[in-house]
Amino acid sequence: MVGHPQRPVAKAPKDIVKVNIADRQPVREIGFATENYTEPFVHFDFMRYLRNSVFVTAMATLITLLTNSMAAFALSKYKFRGRDFTMLLIVGTLMVPLSVILVPLYSVVSAVGLLDSLWGVILPTVATPTGVFLLRQYMLTIPDELLDAARMDNASEWQIYWRIVLPLAAPALAVLAIFSVVWRWNDFLWPLVVLSRKELYTLQVGLNTYAGELNVQWHYILAMTVVTMIPVVLVFVFLQRYITSGIAGTGLK
Amino acid sequence: MGRITLTNIDRAYGKVKILHDISLDVGDGEMLVLVGPSGCGKSTLLRLIAGLDRPTGGKIEIDGIDVTEVSAARRGLAMVFQSYALYPHMSVRQNLAFGLENIRMPKAEIDQRIAEASRMLEIAPYLDRRPGQLSGGQKQRVAIGRAVVRNPTAFLLDEPLSNLDAELRISTRAELAALHKRLATTMVYVTHDQVEAMTLADRIVVMRAGKIEQVGRPLDLYNAPANLFVAGFIGAPRMNLLPVKVRSASATQVDVDGPGGLSATVAVDGSALKPGDDATLGIRPHDIELSDGGKGAVEAHVTLAEALGPETVVHATIAGDNRLVAVLKHQGVETRGAPLSLVLPPERMHLFDSAGLRVASR
Repeated sequence: MVGHPQRPVAKAPKDIVKVNIADRQPVREIGFATENYTEPFVHFDFMRYLRNSVFVTAMATLITLLTNSMAAFALSKYKFRGRDFTMLLIVGTLMVPLSVILVPLYSVVSAVGLLDSLWGVILPTVATPTGVFLLRQYMLTIPDELLDAARMDNASEWQIYWRIVLPLAAPALAVLAIFSVVWRWNDFLWPLVVLSRKELYTLQVGLNTYAGELNVQWHYILAMTVVTMIPVVLVFVFLQRYITSGIAGTGLK
Repeated sequence: MGRITLTNIDRAYGKVKILHDISLDVGDGEMLVLVGPSGCGKSTLLRLIAGLDRPTGGKIEIDGIDVTEVSAARRGLAMVFQSYALYPHMSVRQNLAFGLENIRMPKAEIDQRIAEASRMLEIAPYLDRRPGQLSGGQKQRVAIGRAVVRNPTAFLLDEPLSNLDAELRISTRAELAALHKRLATTMVYVTHDQVEAMTLADRIVVMRAGKIEQVGRPLDLYNAPANLFVAGFIGAPRMNLLPVKVRSASATQVDVDGPGGLSATVAVDGSALKPGDDATLGIRPHDIELSDGGKGAVEAHVTLAEALGPETVVHATIAGDNRLVAVLKHQGVETRGAPLSLVLPPERMHLFDSAGLRVASR
């Protein structure tokens, strides 16, 4: 995109330099710069960052689905004192943004020795109030008689959760899985805070290395941003049906 | 064996008492039907027997063993739910196998039991379908099948026929009766339909507002209802109840006067009654006859006549606002507003005292 033509430099102010107008060269040009895509793959450790991102996204999503569905099961199917208050408390944490709890969260992660580890990125993000709320609302629609029938069928409470409630909550789980993938893939601030070793960077943090203090290499940042968007776009293309039906079903936006 | 004994069962939700001091004995192999209007606590009682809910007081025993604190799974009972409660994400076969897999039964025995139950209930052709692909009647059979394969000590059925259409309900009712006969297993059956209760039960338990009103064989309840509630609940159309005054009472008979010149002598033990007492006279619609011009007839006015073919259901009033329903065994010519002479045979009359309790026969 950017050319560097030789500029004639005047030796003395009185000299007259004549330049043939036909010899001029363009300073800038427009064209496809595929090297912006290929260069980072060679110099920038793209594959390692991709692997980290995929690991974080996959593990965080799996654990999110497991823990959130367990919480939702308890909050929708068991009657205990303080159940509604607990639900309110969980949903209430939606009002607290990450930047507010960044410092205490950092201290906690540091204290348990998860700094500079991918698990330090994964674990604090797995309990999402949105996920608990979404799954609980869905599980409320599963009739209690099914659970009673399973109890008569000698099923333990774990089996009821694992073999009855989870399969029946599959549509809501799919929605949460999609949300979780998108959230974790796009996470930037928290991984940036936790990870300091370069080989642990996720894609989004890795891209940040192109933004220096004095110089931002926009051509690489923008090109790699396009690349990092591909998985999320694919998720939407293939699971769009679940997203729309899930959102319509839960009344969530 | 499948003998279930309830002793002084109470159930309260907070301060609201749902069941009051229920004591009941269900014999081995018996079909006991719990019947009552909705909200009377019959389903709650069934859930207590099943172990899905715990009583706040009292004791539940199965075959002499106290199971009050035993979990539902360990009581060895099987339940058929009103909504069938089939697992929608499993095939019919998996639905039947689920309870057996949970007790780690060998695969071969599970297959054998499923084959047996599916032959008995004729559900073999759709063992690999999901419940969503079945009709109501088929779902019903699968729900019963799921209980049958467990080979339980007793079946608990919670209004199993209420989601079926009228025709299917009658045929399924007959099949249930046949199934009970074949399996000879104790069944506790909850319904609000007194016809179901009458046709299926060995014994009926009539409940109202968390209390047992009467326990007895179907015809005993029909012929000798213990109180006004049972009298009105058992039998269709309901028993006619007329307010009367006691004219004279003795240990062998009671003379009463009622509306519309009604005067009758009922052969009951009236030693607890005094002349002038308020009482209620009951007579079933089928027992009322058309007068042949003789004495003792009551003058009524027809408000509606429903000709059903073999019989005519006549709705009438006597002396203004006392309603009376008579089922007359002929194709009637009664028209609205026409006067009608009816005979209420004294030997078919039931007498209830001012507290609503039956005045016993001699």
